[in-house]
Amino acid sequence: MRKPFLLKFLLAAILLFGNSSFANEKEVEKGKDKKTEIKEFIEHHLQDSHYFNFYGTTDEHGKVHHVGLPLPVILWDNGLKVFSSSKFHHGEEVAEVDGNHYVLYHSKIYKTDAEGTISYDGEHHPTNVRPLDFSITKSVVMMIVTGLLLLWLFSSLAKSYAKNNSIPTGMGRFFEPIVLYIRDDIAIANIGEKKYKRYMPFLLTVFFFIWFLNMFGLTPLGVNVTGNIAVTTALALLVFIITNLTGTKDYWKHVFDPLGDGMPWYGKIIIYIILVPIEILGLFIKPFALLIRLYANMTAGHVVLMSLVGLIFIFKSWVGGPLSFGLSFAISLIEVLVALLQAYIFTMLAALYFGFASEEHDPGHEFDDDAELAH
Amino acid sequence: MEKLVNDFSFGLFFWQIILFVLLLLLLRKFAWKPILNAVNDREEGIKDALAAAENAKKEMQNVTADSEKLLKEARAEREALLKEAREIKDKMISDSKEQAKVEGDKMIKQAQAAIESEKKAAVADIKNQVAELSVDIAEKIIKEQLSNKDKQLKLVDDMLGDIKLN
Repeated sequence: MRKPFLLKFLLAAILLFGNSSFANEKEVEKGKDKKTEIKEFIEHHLQDSHYFNFYGTTDEHGKVHHVGLPLPVILWDNGLKVFSSSKFHHGEEVAEVDGNHYVLYHSKIYKTDAEGTISYDGEHHPTNVRPLDFSITKSVVMMIVTGLLLLWLFSSLAKSYAKNNSIPTGMGRFFEPIVLYIRDDIAIANIGEKKYKRYMPFLLTVFFFIWFLNMFGLTPLGVNVTGNIAVTTALALLVFIITNLTGTKDYWKHVFDPLGDGMPWYGKIIIYIILVPIEILGLFIKPFALLIRLYANMTAGHVVLMSLVGLIFIFKSWVGGPLSFGLSFAISLIEVLVALLQAYIFTMLAALYFGFASEEHDPGHEFDDDAELAH
Repeated sequence: MEKLVNDFSFGLFFWQIILFVLLLLLLRKFAWKPILNAVNDREEGIKDALAAAENAKKEMQNVTADSEKLLKEARAEREALLKEAREIKDKMISDSKEQAKVEGDKMIKQAQAAIESEKKAAVADIKNQVAELSVDIAEKIIKEQLSNKDKQLKLVDDMLGDIKLN
Protein backbone atom coordinates (compact mmCIF):
# COMPACT_ATOMS: atom_id res chain seq x y z
CA MET A 1 0.00 0.00 0.00
CA ARG A 2 2.80 2.39 0.86
CA LYS A 3 4.76 2.01 -2.32
CA PRO A 4 2.00 2.82 -4.85
CA PHE A 5 1.19 5.88 -2.81
CA LEU A 6 4.80 6.99 -2.90
CA LEU A 7 4.90 6.45 -6.63
CA LYS A 8 1.74 8.48 -7.16
CA PHE A 9 3.14 11.19 -4.98
CA LEU A 10 6.33 11.29 -7.01
CA LEU A 11 4.45 11.43 -10.28
CA ALA A 12 2.18 14.15 -8.97
CA ALA A 13 5.30 16.05 -7.97
CA ILE A 14 6.75 15.64 -11.46
CA LEU A 15 3.64 17.01 -13.01
CA LEU A 16 3.37 19.87 -10.53
CA PHE A 17 6.93 20.94 -11.12
CA GLY A 18 6.41 20.72 -14.82
CA ASN A 19 3.36 22.92 -14.48
CA SER A 20 5.07 25.67 -12.56
CA SER A 21 7.91 25.74 -15.05
CA PHE A 22 5.50 26.15 -17.93
CA ALA A 23 3.70 28.85 -16.06
CA ASN A 24 6.89 30.82 -15.61
CA GLU A 25 8.09 30.36 -19.13
CA LYS A 26 4.83 31.84 -20.30
CA GLU A 27 5.73 35.26 -19.02
CA VAL A 28 9.21 35.28 -20.45
CA GLU A 29 8.68 35.44 -24.13
CA LYS A 30 5.57 37.39 -24.91
CA GLY A 31 4.22 37.49 -28.39
CA LYS A 32 4.77 33.83 -29.09
CA ASP A 33 1.85 31.50 -29.01
CA LYS A 34 1.67 28.78 -26.45
CA LYS A 35 2.40 25.92 -28.82
CA THR A 36 5.77 27.29 -29.92
CA GLU A 37 6.50 28.14 -26.34
CA ILE A 38 5.89 24.57 -25.18
CA LYS A 39 7.86 23.21 -28.09
CA GLU A 40 10.81 25.38 -27.19
CA PHE A 41 10.55 24.44 -23.56
CA ILE A 42 10.63 20.75 -24.41
CA GLU A 43 13.59 21.26 -26.72
CA HIS A 44 15.35 23.16 -24.00
CA HIS A 45 14.62 20.42 -21.50
CA LEU A 46 16.03 17.74 -23.76
CA GLN A 47 19.32 19.57 -24.04
CA ASP A 48 22.11 19.66 -21.58
CA SER A 49 22.43 22.79 -19.50
CA HIS A 50 25.20 24.82 -17.91
CA TYR A 51 22.96 25.46 -14.87
CA PHE A 52 21.40 23.15 -12.36
CA ASN A 53 18.03 24.85 -12.07
CA PHE A 54 15.40 23.81 -9.59
CA TYR A 55 12.75 26.31 -10.61
CA GLY A 56 12.35 29.84 -11.80
CA THR A 57 10.15 32.69 -10.62
CA THR A 58 9.01 35.76 -12.46
CA ASP A 59 8.73 39.10 -10.68
CA GLU A 60 6.26 41.88 -11.49
CA HIS A 61 8.59 43.39 -14.13
CA GLY A 62 8.53 40.17 -16.11
CA LYS A 63 12.09 39.38 -15.14
CA VAL A 64 12.90 35.72 -14.47
CA HIS A 65 14.75 34.75 -11.34
CA HIS A 66 16.26 31.30 -11.54
CA VAL A 67 16.73 29.29 -8.40
CA GLY A 68 19.52 26.81 -8.82
CA LEU A 69 23.24 26.34 -9.00
CA PRO A 70 25.57 27.77 -11.60
CA LEU A 71 28.02 25.12 -12.81
CA PRO A 72 31.66 25.50 -13.79
CA VAL A 73 32.37 26.17 -17.46
CA ILE A 74 35.57 24.66 -18.81
CA LEU A 75 36.54 25.71 -22.33
CA TRP A 76 39.48 24.85 -24.49
CA ASP A 77 40.08 27.89 -26.68
CA ASN A 78 43.82 28.30 -27.22
CA GLY A 79 44.32 27.43 -23.59
CA LEU A 80 42.11 26.27 -20.75
CA LYS A 81 39.40 28.72 -19.67
CA VAL A 82 37.56 27.98 -16.44
CA PHE A 83 34.79 30.21 -15.08
CA SER A 84 31.40 29.94 -13.44
CA SER A 85 28.36 29.75 -15.67
CA SER A 86 26.82 32.53 -13.56
CA LYS A 87 28.78 34.91 -15.79
CA PHE A 88 26.31 34.24 -18.58
CA HIS A 89 23.33 35.25 -16.43
CA HIS A 90 21.28 32.56 -18.10
CA GLY A 91 22.30 33.61 -21.57
CA GLU A 92 21.43 37.24 -21.04
CA GLU A 93 24.99 38.55 -20.83
CA VAL A 94 28.28 38.09 -22.60
CA ALA A 95 30.95 36.44 -20.49
CA GLU A 96 34.42 37.89 -20.80
CA VAL A 97 37.37 35.67 -19.88
CA ASP A 98 41.01 36.60 -20.53
CA GLY A 99 39.97 39.02 -23.24
CA ASN A 100 37.79 36.48 -25.03
CA HIS A 101 34.03 36.87 -25.20
CA TYR A 102 31.60 34.00 -25.03
CA VAL A 103 27.87 33.86 -25.31
CA LEU A 104 25.33 31.20 -24.37
CA TYR A 105 22.84 30.56 -27.14
CA HIS A 106 20.37 27.66 -26.93
CA SER A 107 22.46 25.97 -24.23
CA LYS A 108 25.59 26.14 -26.36
CA ILE A 109 28.62 28.36 -25.90
CA TYR A 110 29.78 30.43 -28.89
CA LYS A 111 32.72 32.74 -29.22
CA THR A 112 31.66 36.28 -29.86
CA ASP A 113 32.74 39.92 -29.62
CA ALA A 114 32.19 42.32 -26.76
CA GLU A 115 28.63 43.11 -27.94
CA GLY A 116 27.67 39.47 -28.17
CA THR A 117 26.78 39.51 -31.86
CA ILE A 118 25.76 36.21 -33.33
CA SER A 119 25.75 35.79 -37.07
CA TYR A 120 23.35 33.29 -38.59
CA ASP A 121 23.37 31.26 -41.75
CA GLY A 122 20.37 30.77 -43.99
CA GLU A 123 18.71 28.23 -41.70
CA HIS A 124 19.04 30.42 -38.62
CA HIS A 125 22.01 28.45 -37.30
CA PRO A 126 24.75 30.47 -35.63
CA THR A 127 27.98 30.54 -37.61
CA ASN A 128 30.15 31.70 -34.72
CA VAL A 129 33.09 29.60 -33.61
CA ARG A 130 32.27 27.00 -30.95
CA PRO A 131 35.16 26.41 -28.56
CA LEU A 132 35.67 22.90 -27.21
CA ASP A 133 33.36 22.72 -24.23
CA PHE A 134 34.41 20.47 -21.34
CA SER A 135 32.06 22.13 -18.87
CA ILE A 136 30.68 20.33 -15.87
CA THR A 137 27.13 20.53 -17.15
CA LYS A 138 23.91 19.40 -15.51
CA SER A 139 24.29 15.97 -17.09
CA VAL A 140 27.86 15.63 -15.84
CA VAL A 141 26.69 16.58 -12.34
CA MET A 142 23.95 13.96 -12.51
CA MET A 143 26.45 11.36 -13.70
CA ILE A 144 28.69 12.15 -10.76
CA VAL A 145 25.73 12.03 -8.36
CA THR A 146 24.57 8.71 -9.83
CA GLY A 147 28.11 7.36 -9.71
CA LEU A 148 28.48 8.28 -6.06
CA LEU A 149 25.07 6.84 -5.28
CA LEU A 150 25.98 3.56 -6.98
CA LEU A 151 29.32 3.45 -5.22
CA TRP A 152 27.76 4.03 -1.83
CA LEU A 153 24.88 1.64 -2.46
CA PHE A 154 26.88 -1.31 -3.70
CA SER A 155 29.96 -0.93 -1.57
CA SER A 156 27.68 -0.91 1.48
CA LEU A 157 26.00 -4.01 0.08
CA ALA A 158 29.41 -5.62 -0.32
CA LYS A 159 30.28 -4.68 3.26
CA SER A 160 27.01 -6.05 4.60
CA TYR A 161 27.97 -9.41 3.11
CA ALA A 162 31.23 -9.44 4.98
CA LYS A 163 29.54 -8.45 8.23
CA ASN A 164 26.44 -10.54 7.97
CA ASN A 165 27.62 -13.96 6.90
CA SER A 166 26.83 -13.47 3.21
CA ILE A 167 23.23 -12.57 3.83
CA PRO A 168 22.11 -9.22 2.41
CA THR A 169 20.33 -6.74 4.61
CA GLY A 170 18.18 -3.70 3.93
CA MET A 171 18.46 -2.40 0.37
CA GLY A 172 20.67 -5.32 -0.52
CA ARG A 173 17.61 -7.53 -0.42
CA PHE A 174 16.17 -5.51 -3.26
CA PHE A 175 19.35 -5.19 -5.30
CA GLU A 176 20.81 -8.64 -4.83
CA PRO A 177 18.17 -10.44 -6.92
CA ILE A 178 18.79 -7.91 -9.71
CA VAL A 179 22.54 -8.53 -9.55
CA LEU A 180 21.86 -12.27 -9.62
CA TYR A 181 19.44 -11.87 -12.50
CA ILE A 182 22.08 -10.03 -14.52
CA ARG A 183 24.58 -12.73 -13.69
CA ASP A 184 22.37 -15.75 -14.39
CA ASP A 185 19.99 -14.62 -17.10
CA ILE A 186 22.02 -12.01 -18.94
CA ALA A 187 25.71 -12.80 -18.52
CA ILE A 188 25.76 -16.58 -18.18
CA ALA A 189 22.92 -17.05 -20.65
CA ASN A 190 24.64 -15.04 -23.39
CA ILE A 191 28.35 -15.35 -22.70
CA GLY A 192 28.58 -18.77 -21.13
CA GLU A 193 29.70 -20.24 -17.86
CA LYS A 194 33.39 -20.09 -18.74
CA LYS A 195 33.97 -16.47 -19.64
CA TYR A 196 31.13 -14.43 -18.15
CA LYS A 197 33.11 -13.37 -15.12
CA ARG A 198 35.32 -10.78 -16.74
CA TYR A 199 32.35 -9.02 -18.33
CA MET A 200 30.29 -8.92 -15.16
CA PRO A 201 31.63 -5.61 -13.75
CA PHE A 202 30.85 -3.80 -17.00
CA LEU A 203 27.39 -5.32 -17.39
CA LEU A 204 26.41 -4.57 -13.80
CA THR A 205 27.77 -1.05 -13.93
CA VAL A 206 26.14 -0.21 -17.23
CA PHE A 207 22.80 -1.65 -16.14
CA PHE A 208 22.56 0.22 -12.88
CA PHE A 209 24.06 3.39 -14.38
CA ILE A 210 21.48 3.52 -17.16
CA TRP A 211 18.62 2.47 -14.93
CA PHE A 212 19.37 5.04 -12.24
CA LEU A 213 19.88 7.84 -14.75
CA ASN A 214 16.65 6.89 -16.51
CA MET A 215 14.84 7.04 -13.19
CA PHE A 216 16.43 10.38 -12.34
CA GLY A 217 15.14 11.59 -15.68
CA LEU A 218 11.59 10.99 -14.43
CA THR A 219 12.08 13.01 -11.26
CA PRO A 220 11.26 16.72 -11.00
CA LEU A 221 14.98 17.43 -11.42
CA GLY A 222 14.24 16.90 -15.08
CA VAL A 223 17.64 15.67 -16.13
CA ASN A 224 17.76 13.91 -19.44
CA VAL A 225 21.18 12.25 -19.32
CA THR A 226 20.48 8.94 -21.05
CA GLY A 227 18.46 10.82 -23.67
CA ASN A 228 21.61 12.62 -24.72
CA ILE A 229 23.32 11.33 -27.82
CA ALA A 230 26.82 11.98 -26.46
CA VAL A 231 26.17 9.85 -23.38
CA THR A 232 24.74 6.91 -25.29
CA THR A 233 27.56 7.20 -27.83
CA ALA A 234 30.11 6.95 -25.04
CA LEU A 235 28.41 3.85 -23.61
CA ALA A 236 28.12 2.20 -27.01
CA LEU A 237 31.74 3.04 -27.78
CA LEU A 238 32.80 1.24 -24.61
CA VAL A 239 30.74 -1.78 -25.64
CA PHE A 240 32.40 -1.65 -29.08
CA ILE A 241 35.90 -1.43 -27.58
CA ILE A 242 35.33 -4.24 -25.09
CA THR A 243 33.71 -6.47 -27.73
CA ASN A 244 36.57 -6.13 -30.18
CA LEU A 245 39.38 -6.15 -27.65
CA THR A 246 38.17 -9.41 -26.12
CA GLY A 247 37.35 -10.93 -29.52
CA THR A 248 38.71 -14.44 -29.92
CA LYS A 249 40.32 -15.95 -32.99
CA ASP A 250 37.00 -17.53 -33.89
CA TYR A 251 35.27 -14.16 -33.68
CA TRP A 252 37.68 -12.53 -36.13
CA LYS A 253 37.64 -15.58 -38.32
CA HIS A 254 33.88 -15.29 -38.45
CA VAL A 255 34.23 -11.69 -39.62
CA PHE A 256 36.91 -12.19 -42.25
CA ASP A 257 36.30 -15.80 -43.24
CA PRO A 258 32.67 -16.55 -42.42
CA LEU A 259 32.40 -19.65 -44.57
CA GLY A 260 35.55 -21.33 -43.25
CA ASP A 261 36.48 -24.48 -45.09
CA GLY A 262 32.93 -25.00 -46.27
CA MET A 263 33.80 -23.77 -49.75
CA PRO A 264 36.88 -23.80 -52.02
CA TRP A 265 38.83 -20.52 -52.23
CA TYR A 266 37.77 -19.65 -55.77
CA GLY A 267 34.16 -19.84 -54.72
CA LYS A 268 34.73 -17.73 -51.66
CA ILE A 269 36.33 -14.80 -53.50
CA ILE A 270 33.12 -13.84 -55.28
CA ILE A 271 30.98 -14.12 -52.16
CA TYR A 272 33.47 -12.45 -49.86
CA ILE A 273 33.55 -9.29 -51.95
CA ILE A 274 30.05 -8.72 -50.63
CA LEU A 275 30.08 -10.71 -47.38
CA VAL A 276 33.20 -9.39 -45.67
CA PRO A 277 32.28 -5.69 -45.98
CA ILE A 278 28.86 -6.54 -44.55
CA GLU A 279 30.44 -8.34 -41.61
CA ILE A 280 32.82 -5.43 -40.98
CA LEU A 281 29.96 -2.97 -41.23
CA GLY A 282 28.08 -5.16 -38.75
CA LEU A 283 30.79 -4.59 -36.16
CA PHE A 284 29.93 -0.89 -36.18
CA ILE A 285 26.20 -1.18 -36.71
CA LYS A 286 25.67 -3.27 -33.58
CA PRO A 287 26.89 -0.64 -31.08
CA PHE A 288 25.39 2.11 -33.26
CA ALA A 289 21.98 0.47 -32.85
CA LEU A 290 22.60 0.39 -29.10
CA LEU A 291 23.29 4.11 -28.89
CA ILE A 292 20.37 5.12 -31.12
CA ARG A 293 17.94 2.81 -29.31
CA LEU A 294 18.66 4.17 -25.86
CA TYR A 295 18.80 7.78 -27.04
CA ALA A 296 15.59 7.56 -29.07
CA ASN A 297 13.61 5.75 -26.40
CA MET A 298 14.51 8.10 -23.59
CA THR A 299 14.10 11.23 -25.72
CA ALA A 300 10.77 10.05 -27.08
CA GLY A 301 9.56 9.26 -23.57
CA HIS A 302 10.44 12.75 -22.36
CA VAL A 303 8.90 14.42 -25.40
CA VAL A 304 5.64 12.49 -25.08
CA LEU A 305 5.42 13.06 -21.36
CA MET A 306 6.13 16.77 -21.55
CA SER A 307 3.85 17.28 -24.53
CA LEU A 308 1.00 15.67 -22.63
CA VAL A 309 1.67 17.90 -19.65
CA GLY A 310 1.82 20.84 -22.06
CA LEU A 311 -1.60 19.92 -23.43
CA ILE A 312 -3.10 20.86 -20.09
CA PHE A 313 -2.12 24.49 -20.74
CA ILE A 314 -3.28 24.41 -24.32
CA PHE A 315 -6.72 22.98 -23.56
CA LYS A 316 -7.27 24.97 -20.36
CA SER A 317 -10.67 23.34 -19.94
CA TRP A 318 -12.39 21.04 -17.49
CA VAL A 319 -12.33 18.23 -19.98
CA GLY A 320 -8.93 18.60 -21.57
CA GLY A 321 -7.03 19.23 -18.36
CA PRO A 322 -7.97 16.05 -16.51
CA LEU A 323 -7.73 14.08 -19.74
CA SER A 324 -4.17 15.23 -20.34
CA PHE A 325 -3.39 14.68 -16.71
CA GLY A 326 -4.68 11.11 -16.86
CA LEU A 327 -2.77 10.45 -20.04
CA SER A 328 0.49 11.86 -18.74
CA PHE A 329 -0.02 9.92 -15.54
CA ALA A 330 -0.40 6.69 -17.50
CA ILE A 331 2.60 7.51 -19.69
CA SER A 332 4.63 8.28 -16.56
CA LEU A 333 3.88 4.79 -15.27
CA ILE A 334 4.92 3.34 -18.60
CA GLU A 335 8.08 5.46 -18.52
CA VAL A 336 9.03 3.91 -15.18
CA LEU A 337 8.82 0.55 -16.92
CA VAL A 338 10.68 1.84 -19.96
CA ALA A 339 13.46 3.15 -17.73
CA LEU A 340 14.08 -0.38 -16.49
CA LEU A 341 13.42 -1.99 -19.84
CA GLN A 342 15.92 0.15 -21.73
CA ALA A 343 18.61 -0.51 -19.14
CA TYR A 344 17.83 -4.22 -19.47
CA ILE A 345 17.90 -4.16 -23.28
CA PHE A 346 21.18 -2.27 -23.38
CA THR A 347 22.80 -4.70 -20.94
CA MET A 348 21.27 -7.70 -22.64
CA LEU A 349 22.52 -6.71 -26.10
CA ALA A 350 25.94 -5.76 -24.76
CA ALA A 351 26.13 -9.23 -23.21
CA LEU A 352 25.01 -10.76 -26.50
CA TYR A 353 27.82 -8.98 -28.38
CA PHE A 354 30.33 -9.99 -25.73
CA GLY A 355 29.03 -13.52 -26.16
CA PHE A 356 29.74 -13.38 -29.91
CA ALA A 357 33.20 -11.99 -29.24
CA SER A 358 34.22 -14.56 -26.66
CA GLU A 359 32.74 -17.54 -28.47
CA GLU A 360 35.11 -20.38 -29.21
CA HIS A 361 34.23 -23.28 -31.41
CA ASP A 362 35.54 -26.73 -30.76
CA PRO A 363 38.10 -27.40 -33.48
CA GLY A 364 36.50 -29.29 -36.33
CA HIS A 365 33.14 -29.26 -34.62
CA GLU A 366 31.26 -27.61 -37.46
CA PHE A 367 32.67 -29.98 -40.01
CA ASP A 368 31.52 -32.93 -37.98
CA ASP A 369 28.00 -31.59 -38.25
CA ASP A 370 28.40 -31.15 -41.99
CA ALA A 371 29.77 -34.63 -42.36
CA GLU A 372 26.82 -36.03 -40.48
CA LEU A 373 24.41 -34.17 -42.69
CA ALA A 374 26.12 -35.51 -45.80
CA HIS A 375 25.50 -39.09 -44.81
CA MET B 1 20.53 13.44 -38.39
CA GLU B 2 21.97 16.92 -38.73
CA LYS B 3 20.32 17.86 -35.46
CA LEU B 4 21.80 14.79 -33.82
CA VAL B 5 25.28 15.70 -34.96
CA ASN B 6 24.68 19.29 -33.93
CA ASP B 7 23.49 18.18 -30.50
CA PHE B 8 26.48 15.98 -29.97
CA SER B 9 28.49 17.55 -27.18
CA PHE B 10 32.07 16.44 -27.20
CA GLY B 11 32.58 17.66 -23.63
CA LEU B 12 29.74 15.52 -22.34
CA PHE B 13 31.08 12.56 -24.29
CA PHE B 14 34.52 13.12 -22.78
CA TRP B 15 33.17 13.32 -19.24
CA GLN B 16 30.93 10.34 -19.73
CA ILE B 17 33.85 8.16 -20.84
CA ILE B 18 36.10 9.35 -17.99
CA LEU B 19 33.43 9.11 -15.30
CA PHE B 20 32.03 5.82 -16.48
CA VAL B 21 35.42 4.12 -16.69
CA LEU B 22 36.29 5.50 -13.26
CA LEU B 23 32.96 4.31 -11.86
CA LEU B 24 33.48 0.91 -13.49
CA LEU B 25 36.92 0.49 -11.93
CA LEU B 26 35.80 1.67 -8.50
CA LEU B 27 32.66 -0.44 -8.49
CA ARG B 28 34.60 -3.44 -9.70
CA LYS B 29 37.04 -3.13 -6.86
CA PHE B 30 34.71 -2.13 -4.03
CA ALA B 31 31.39 -3.61 -5.01
CA TRP B 32 31.07 -6.16 -7.78
CA LYS B 33 33.98 -8.40 -6.85
CA PRO B 34 33.10 -8.66 -3.15
CA ILE B 35 29.40 -9.04 -3.95
CA LEU B 36 29.86 -11.70 -6.59
CA ASN B 37 32.40 -13.54 -4.49
CA ALA B 38 30.15 -13.47 -1.44
CA VAL B 39 27.18 -14.67 -3.47
CA ASN B 40 29.29 -17.37 -5.05
CA ASP B 41 30.61 -18.51 -1.68
CA ARG B 42 27.12 -18.56 -0.30
CA GLU B 43 25.85 -20.63 -3.20
CA GLU B 44 28.73 -23.05 -2.83
CA GLY B 45 27.99 -23.24 0.89
CA ILE B 46 24.34 -24.02 0.24
CA LYS B 47 25.30 -26.63 -2.33
CA ASP B 48 27.75 -28.24 0.10
CA ALA B 49 25.25 -28.16 2.92
CA LEU B 50 22.61 -29.79 0.74
CA ALA B 51 25.03 -32.47 -0.36
CA ALA B 52 26.05 -33.07 3.26
CA ALA B 53 22.41 -33.35 4.32
CA GLU B 54 21.79 -35.80 1.50
CA ASN B 55 24.79 -37.85 2.58
CA ALA B 56 23.69 -37.82 6.19
CA LYS B 57 20.25 -38.99 5.12
CA LYS B 58 21.76 -41.82 3.13
CA GLU B 59 24.01 -42.81 6.00
CA MET B 60 21.06 -42.72 8.35
CA GLN B 61 19.19 -45.03 6.01
CA ASN B 62 22.19 -47.31 5.87
CA VAL B 63 22.42 -47.38 9.64
CA THR B 64 18.74 -48.20 9.96
CA ALA B 65 19.03 -50.91 7.38
CA ASP B 66 22.09 -52.28 9.14
CA SER B 67 20.44 -52.37 12.52
CA GLU B 68 17.39 -54.02 11.06
CA LYS B 69 19.59 -56.58 9.41
CA LEU B 70 21.39 -57.20 12.69
CA LEU B 71 18.11 -57.61 14.51
CA LYS B 72 16.91 -60.08 11.92
CA GLU B 73 20.12 -62.01 12.16
CA ALA B 74 19.93 -62.11 15.93
CA ARG B 75 16.38 -63.30 15.75
CA ALA B 76 17.30 -66.01 13.28
CA GLU B 77 20.21 -67.07 15.45
CA ARG B 78 17.98 -67.32 18.48
CA GLU B 79 15.54 -69.43 16.54
CA ALA B 80 18.34 -71.67 15.37
CA LEU B 81 19.72 -72.00 18.86
CA LEU B 82 16.34 -72.88 20.30
CA LYS B 83 15.75 -75.39 17.56
CA GLU B 84 19.10 -76.97 18.13
CA ALA B 85 18.51 -77.15 21.86
CA ARG B 86 15.18 -78.76 21.29
CA GLU B 87 16.72 -81.24 18.92
CA ILE B 88 19.47 -82.04 21.37
CA LYS B 89 16.93 -82.53 24.12
CA ASP B 90 14.82 -84.82 22.00
CA LYS B 91 17.85 -86.75 20.92
CA MET B 92 19.08 -87.09 24.44
CA ILE B 93 15.73 -88.31 25.62
CA SER B 94 15.40 -90.82 22.81
CA ASP B 95 19.00 -91.89 23.22
CA SER B 96 18.64 -92.50 26.93
CA LYS B 97 15.38 -94.30 26.38
CA GLU B 98 16.99 -96.63 23.90
CA GLN B 99 19.97 -97.18 26.09
CA ALA B 100 17.77 -97.94 29.04
CA LYS B 101 15.80 -100.35 26.97
CA VAL B 102 18.94 -102.06 25.71
CA GLU B 103 20.28 -102.24 29.24
CA GLY B 104 17.03 -103.58 30.58
CA ASP B 105 16.83 -106.14 27.83
CA LYS B 106 20.35 -107.17 28.54
CA MET B 107 19.67 -107.43 32.24
CA ILE B 108 16.49 -109.36 31.65
CA LYS B 109 18.31 -111.72 29.33
CA GLN B 110 21.07 -112.17 31.83
CA ALA B 111 18.54 -112.78 34.57
CA GLN B 112 16.69 -115.22 32.39
CA ALA B 113 19.93 -116.98 31.53
CA ALA B 114 20.86 -117.07 35.19
CA ILE B 115 17.45 -118.38 36.14
CA GLU B 116 17.71 -120.94 33.38
CA SER B 117 21.11 -122.13 34.46
CA GLU B 118 20.05 -122.14 38.13
CA LYS B 119 17.01 -124.05 37.15
CA LYS B 120 19.08 -126.51 35.18
CA ALA B 121 21.51 -126.82 37.98
CA ALA B 122 18.72 -127.31 40.47
CA VAL B 123 17.01 -129.87 38.25
CA ALA B 124 20.32 -131.64 37.72
CA ASP B 125 20.89 -131.60 41.45
CA ILE B 126 17.44 -132.89 42.14
CA LYS B 127 17.93 -135.51 39.47
CA ASN B 128 21.19 -136.60 41.03
CA GLN B 129 19.67 -136.66 44.49
CA VAL B 130 16.59 -138.43 43.18
CA ALA B 131 18.86 -140.86 41.39
CA GLU B 132 20.94 -141.45 44.48
CA LEU B 133 17.89 -141.75 46.61
CA SER B 134 16.33 -144.09 44.10
CA VAL B 135 19.48 -146.10 43.94
CA ASP B 136 19.62 -146.16 47.74
CA ILE B 137 15.98 -147.10 47.97
CA ALA B 138 16.35 -149.55 45.22
CA GLU B 139 19.37 -151.02 46.95
CA LYS B 140 17.46 -151.32 50.21
CA ILE B 141 14.41 -152.70 48.50
CA ILE B 142 16.40 -155.02 46.37
CA LYS B 143 18.37 -156.06 49.40
CA GLU B 144 15.14 -156.74 51.32
CA GLN B 145 13.23 -158.30 48.43
CA LEU B 146 16.04 -160.39 47.30
CA SER B 147 16.31 -161.82 50.66
CA ASN B 148 13.85 -164.59 49.84
CA LYS B 149 12.92 -166.37 46.77
CA ASP B 150 9.25 -165.50 46.69
CA LYS B 151 9.81 -161.94 46.80
CA GLN B 152 12.39 -162.15 44.09
CA LEU B 153 9.90 -163.84 41.87
CA LYS B 154 7.18 -161.35 42.64
CA LEU B 155 9.40 -158.52 41.76
CA VAL B 156 10.19 -160.01 38.48
CA ASP B 157 6.54 -160.43 37.88
CA ASP B 158 5.73 -156.83 38.80
CA MET B 159 8.43 -155.52 36.69
CA LEU B 160 7.30 -157.47 33.78
CA GLY B 161 3.81 -156.22 34.43
CA ASP B 162 5.03 -152.70 34.35
CA ILE B 163 6.88 -153.24 31.17
CA LYS B 164 3.70 -154.50 29.60
CA LEU B 165 1.91 -151.43 30.80
CA ASN B 166 4.51 -149.26 29.32
